[in-house]
Parts: sequence; structure tokens; C-alpha cells
Amino acid sequence: MKKTIIYTILIFGAIMFLYPFLLMITASIAPENEISKLTLLPSSISLNSYKQVFSKVPMGRAFINSLIVSSTITLGVLVFGSMVGYALSRLEFKGRNLVFYIIIFTMTLPFQITLIPQYIIMVKLGWVDTYLALIVPYLMNALGIIMFRQYFKAIPQDLIDAARIDGCGELRIIFRILWPNALPALVTVGIITFMGSWNEVLWPLIVIRDQNLMTMPQMVTLFVLGGRSEGQLGLKLASAVSLALPIAIAYMFFQKYFIQSIASTGIKG
Amino acid sequence: MIPYLIISPYIIFFLIFIAFPVLFSIFLTFNKWNIISPMQFSGFKNYIRLFQDALFFKSIYNTFIFLAINIPLQIVIALFLAEILNQKIKFRGFFRAAFFLPVVVSGVVVTILWQQLYGFDTGLLNRILVSLGFGRIGWLIDPKLAMPSIAIMATWKNVGLYIVLFLVGFQTVPKQYYEAADLEGASHWQKFFKITMPMINPTIFLVVILSTVGGFSLFIEPYILTGGGPLNSTLSAVLYIYKEGFFYYHMGYASTLGLFFALIIVSVVVIQKKFIEKEV
Repeated sequence: MKKTIIYTILIFGAIMFLYPFLLMITASIAPENEISKLTLLPSSISLNSYKQVFSKVPMGRAFINSLIVSSTITLGVLVFGSMVGYALSRLEFKGRNLVFYIIIFTMTLPFQITLIPQYIIMVKLGWVDTYLALIVPYLMNALGIIMFRQYFKAIPQDLIDAARIDGCGELRIIFRILWPNALPALVTVGIITFMGSWNEVLWPLIVIRDQNLMTMPQMVTLFVLGGRSEGQLGLKLASAVSLALPIAIAYMFFQKYFIQSIASTGIKG
Repeated sequence: MIPYLIISPYIIFFLIFIAFPVLFSIFLTFNKWNIISPMQFSGFKNYIRLFQDALFFKSIYNTFIFLAINIPLQIVIALFLAEILNQKIKFRGFFRAAFFLPVVVSGVVVTILWQQLYGFDTGLLNRILVSLGFGRIGWLIDPKLAMPSIAIMATWKNVGLYIVLFLVGFQTVPKQYYEAADLEGASHWQKFFKITMPMINPTIFLVVILSTVGGFSLFIEPYILTGGGPLNSTLSAVLYIYKEGFFYYHMGYASTLGLFFALIIVSVVVIQKKFIEKEV
């Protein structure tokens, strides 16, 4: 009896969370006259909405832009995060605590305070409407550094000593010795960073005006808000599905890692 | 020398993209500037304007409305579903993954989705209401309801994250406590309220903080759904900064707004911390 109640609640809950997504997908592939019915079973499948979206705005280009931006940022956060995390956990130097406190401070600093000056920096550097504006301000972050610092602390000193005796430099130690032993940290920081930058929309809206440089969330937002979608529901939903699909597919395959990574940091990008 | 070389990229990054912006933003609050024409020193004018700015207070009020609905709703739903998921059930992985899906998807997608649910004439929710014989609800066009509607949407998007955080929190409660309670013949929900709830206070605190910071970061949802309306009832802190900065190019005033919102976020979080610690 009790089990039935539990499963009823769970199934009801799952429907609440999945049904809107299903509705969005089916409506986006429904023939034109059935879209507004928001039915789960369209009489036939039509890719017309997608064709129109991709012909009205350079959505393919936006996908490539998002891929370039998110991959570069993720690589940067992994590389620089592990360098600083290594220095903070494994090297002795004057001012080490100060650097650590600075990093903790940046974590508690609300972004609302730096938004305007960062935009002005982009203007003064001439980076508005370039990839640089989308990438460089995100190349390093406190979270990556702190995760790697924690993780590297737990790696036995013998491993590093042995590498030193073999004549490894510090960078070789980080990327050849520590990285293979820090896969969980790489996965966690990688997923969070990639997802965060893939879904970021406020900053692109501020620094990018050129349609050819827009990332997907920005493109979809402006497409839905602006006149391009001409208020056609099918086009709006098709553009939303195109934006959701890459992350949703990645999530389907690496679901366990996604949930663990995000839960372990409490950050959702 | 080598340690400094290794951290030097971060130090340069910190100076350019964090330290300088913070100082520059404080400097900007004393100036009037639209980036193009020369900067004008304006003394405390931005501060005076801020304290007389009804929209500034309105946006704070809106954020608190958002939080007053979002935080309790999120905690109750997340705790309830987490507690259910924490029992021996089949397909637990599937249910957890389903609840978590909106967390990974872009806020833009979620907002476009809910636009179809909240629509007045053809929205799914109103269609259901009408078919059940009720009247339509102005989810996004009634100024009293627009922000609560956005708060409900945000709860839907984020609750999966908090379910997982609570599931992690449950693991930290020592098993002996439950065994002792079992000997006393405590019921399932008695154990939940008397043992689990007090023990997972740190997780509740984390959820409150994440939601608070999230509430003050609210931007794309009102930007797409309402543009801050109706009657500025969904004007969020970030949306207001965005409009002042990138619509009107009031760099000085937008910086003043940013500074004050940041101060408010930090104070609210500190107060919440004090309050929740007392509860333990």
C-alpha cells in the first residue's frame, strides 16, 4: 500500500519534470496546423520548423561559436586551475596564504559589482564583438583552483619526489603526473565549466552585437524576443530544442557525472 | 621563483578582471559617464539618486517576493522528494535523473517552455483551468502574480539540484540515531522531523544561500518573459543594472546600483547565516 503511494508520487513528479520537455519536442516537429495544440502525438513528423529557424538565423554558426567558446574556456580553467591549485597545495612560497585568501574572496564577490567595469574594459581593449570578450574573462575561476588544490593535496608526495628525481619540471609534474591521478577533479571542473559557459547568456548579450559571433543561448533569446520568429510557436520551440539538445545528449550519456559534479559544488552554471 | 611564474597568469587575470573592476566600479559611482563623451565628476549625485529611486527599491522588493516564495517551496519539495528517493525503491536513478534534467538545461530553454505554459489565451495551464470550468489566470500579466509565477518556474528548474544536495546531506546523519529511534518505536516521519531535519541544517543553509544568490542574479527569465513588467513587478536587480548600463549607458549610476546590490546580497547572506546558526 505504502509503496503504491510512493510510486504514484514519484511518477507524478517525473511527469511534472519531463512532460514540458516532451511537449516542446513534439510541438517542434509537428506539422504547422497542429503546433499550437501542443499535442503529444502529432499526426506526422515535419522538420519544417527547424528548416525555417536555420534559414532565418545562422544557428549552425552559433552552435560552432558556442562550441569554440565553451571548449576554450573549459581548457583554460582546467590548465590554469591546476597550475594555481598545484602551487597552492604543493609549493612553498612567500604570500601563498595571501593568494589563497584572495581566491576565497573572489568567490564571495557578487558579479553585479564587476559587470559594468568589465564591459568598459572590453570596450577599451577593443574586444567587443570578438571571441576574446566571450572567452578571456572566464579563463580562470576560483572554483577550479580550489577543487584542484583540494585534490592535489591528497596525492602522495612520493609521486612528485620521484618525478623530480627523474628530472621533471613543475609543468610536467602537473600535466603528466598529477592529471592522470586527478581524473575525478578534471571531470567535475570540466563539466561544471563547460555547462556554465554553454548556458551563459547575460555576458554575450552585453559584449556581442554581431550575429556571426553570437553563442546559441544569445541567438535563441534574440530570435524568440525579436521579430525573426514572427511569433510562430513552432520556430520558437525548434530554436529552444536546438539549444537544449547538445547539453541534454551529453547529460544522457554522462548523467552520473553531471549529478555528482554539480552536487559536489552546488553550482549549476 | 618558479612558484611565482606558475601563479603569474592568475595574478595578472585577477588584477585586470577582478581587482581593477572592483576599484573602478567604486570610482565610477562618483562620476557621470556614457563611455563616449568625457567623464564628469558628479560627487554624491548617484548615491542621492539611488536613495530616491523608487525603481531601485522596487527591484529589491521584487527580489524578496521571489525569495519568499522560491526558498520555502524549494526546500519543502526538495526535502519531500529526497526523503522519498532515499528509500528502497526501483528506478531510483531514473527518477533522480528526471528531476535533475531542468538543472542542466539552459535557463533560456526553460523560460521559453514556461512561456507556453503561462500564456493567457493559449497557455497550457489556462487551457487546463478552462477545461475544468475555472477562469483564466493572468500568470504573467497580473502584476501581483508575475513574480510569483517566475519564482514557481525557478523552483521547477532548480529543485532537482536541491534534491541531490539533500540526498547527500542525508548520508551525513549517523545510522545509530535511527537505530536508537527504532528501539523507541518512532514512526518514519517522527524520525524525519526529530533526527534528519536538525542534522541536515548545514544543507538547508546551503540551499538558502544558493537560492538567495540566485534570486539576486535573476535576469534571463524576466528578460524573456516580461521585460521587467507588468508595472515593473518583475524588474530584477540584474535586469535593472542591465537596463541602466546597456540601454541608457548610465555607467556611473549602473555601477552604483551594482555596488549596492552586492552590499545587500552580502548582508542578507550574513544575516541568514546568523539566523540559521541560532536555530541549531
